[in-house]
Amino acid sequence: MTDQDLKQTPLNAAHRELGGRMVDFEGWDMPVQYPAGTIAEHLRTREHCGLFDVSHMGEIHVVGPDAIPFVNHLTTNDVTNLVDGQAHYSALTYESGTVVDDLLVYRFRPERLFLVVNAGTQDKDWDWIYSHRGDFDVDLSKASDEYCQIAIQGPKAESILQTLTDTDLSSIKYYHFAEGEVDGVPSIISRTGYTGEDGFEVYADPRKARQLWDTMLAAGGYGSDTGILPCGLAARNTLRLESGMSLYGHELSDKITPIEANLGWICKLKTDFIGCEALRDLKEKGPDRKLIGFEMVDRGIARDGFDIYNGGRKVGVVTSASPAPYLKKNIGLGFVSPELAGTGNEIEIDVRGRMLKAQIVPTPFYKRER
Amino acid sequence: MANIPEELRYSKDHEWVQVEGEIATIGITDYAQESLGDVVFVELPNEGDNFNAHDAFGSVESVKAVSEIFTPVGGEVVGTNEDLNDTPEVVNDDPYGDAWMVKVKMNNPGELDGLLSAEEYEEYLKSEED
Repeated sequence: MTDQDLKQTPLNAAHRELGGRMVDFEGWDMPVQYPAGTIAEHLRTREHCGLFDVSHMGEIHVVGPDAIPFVNHLTTNDVTNLVDGQAHYSALTYESGTVVDDLLVYRFRPERLFLVVNAGTQDKDWDWIYSHRGDFDVDLSKASDEYCQIAIQGPKAESILQTLTDTDLSSIKYYHFAEGEVDGVPSIISRTGYTGEDGFEVYADPRKARQLWDTMLAAGGYGSDTGILPCGLAARNTLRLESGMSLYGHELSDKITPIEANLGWICKLKTDFIGCEALRDLKEKGPDRKLIGFEMVDRGIARDGFDIYNGGRKVGVVTSASPAPYLKKNIGLGFVSPELAGTGNEIEIDVRGRMLKAQIVPTPFYKRER
Repeated sequence: MANIPEELRYSKDHEWVQVEGEIATIGITDYAQESLGDVVFVELPNEGDNFNAHDAFGSVESVKAVSEIFTPVGGEVVGTNEDLNDTPEVVNDDPYGDAWMVKVKMNNPGELDGLLSAEEYEEYLKSEED
């Protein structure tokens, strides 16, 4: 694929001006890191504030009298539990209970929901959702081109963003959102994120993306030692991994169910959604594999796709692994047989032919103090 | 632009070689460390190990990726930089100095002829970027 074929977010030029190293991510031309480097970006987000362009994510409007029943038919979580101005994490599942995609469901009003899905899966998600509209009284529309999305994350995110908006951010609870203005730009201000830190995700007109990005960098003191740093995809990944969060294509996929991935809490099995029967059965008989977190004991770094062994026998596979810059350990997530999944158990990871010791530990690996 | 010291020889795998008598000191180039990003782990061979030219003798890992390192010349490993176990980030800070990786007693100094001069390596990097 040549550069010309790659999709760009409205912040592409900003990333290049900031010295971002651009890579092909799921068909998008995105910064993997800026000159500060992944470790600095990761630590700055944990200790101060990081800014992320996540405009490549996909958005879908679901509007109409049947918006809630329709989304409840398609997703594992129970939308009737949401109040206006609240969002939750959920999954779109196949009949088999495996995952089409994971997503956020926002409720503006009972008849207006907003879905945020992964970048690389948005066409597949749209086709899946659209093909199931049946007799539901809903209007569906692709909204990815209507929004940029900028995530401002870290302990200083609220105080920085508050300088740019009249909306009282302290009144927005975790996984709630408000419609307001940021630097005069009409925005959805959502207290959500993918870093394990407090923070916000701001959705706005893509034509205003550059203004918002530059204003947030300036308000966050970009350039000073404790100021905001723009963060690339590599830091986004290490931050979510340290926080034990799943990434579609790794911990979740069309071959993996949420039950196996420890996401039983987003599966409201008393409701009736596509895949609920398979998930009920699976929960009853118990899955054949379980997602675990591990920490390397021997010197060495596990990577995605490495095999997991126990007593010379292959017992699973690593789904995501990396050095953890804040914890200063080498960590990973992977699937193993349920009988081996207990905390404290020793496993071995096949690191390019060498069997290195690792220990199963509780997730999240990192949890912020509240 | 990457720093490319005039006095060293280079491989197309982005290692540098400094020669003193029959001993070749080997590390990775500024371009290589820049491409890798933050180096967090360096794995080196043991003293006494023997390698042929172009064999992988170790690896350098960043947060994001692992990259094998190849010896541009064959011979016996007579020294390794143990400091890199505890301070792998030196590879980013000083790739041509404190982050030397191994010293090899060369079997065939003639293999040096296959390496690039600083000028040739710079040309090679430019051609790679196109």
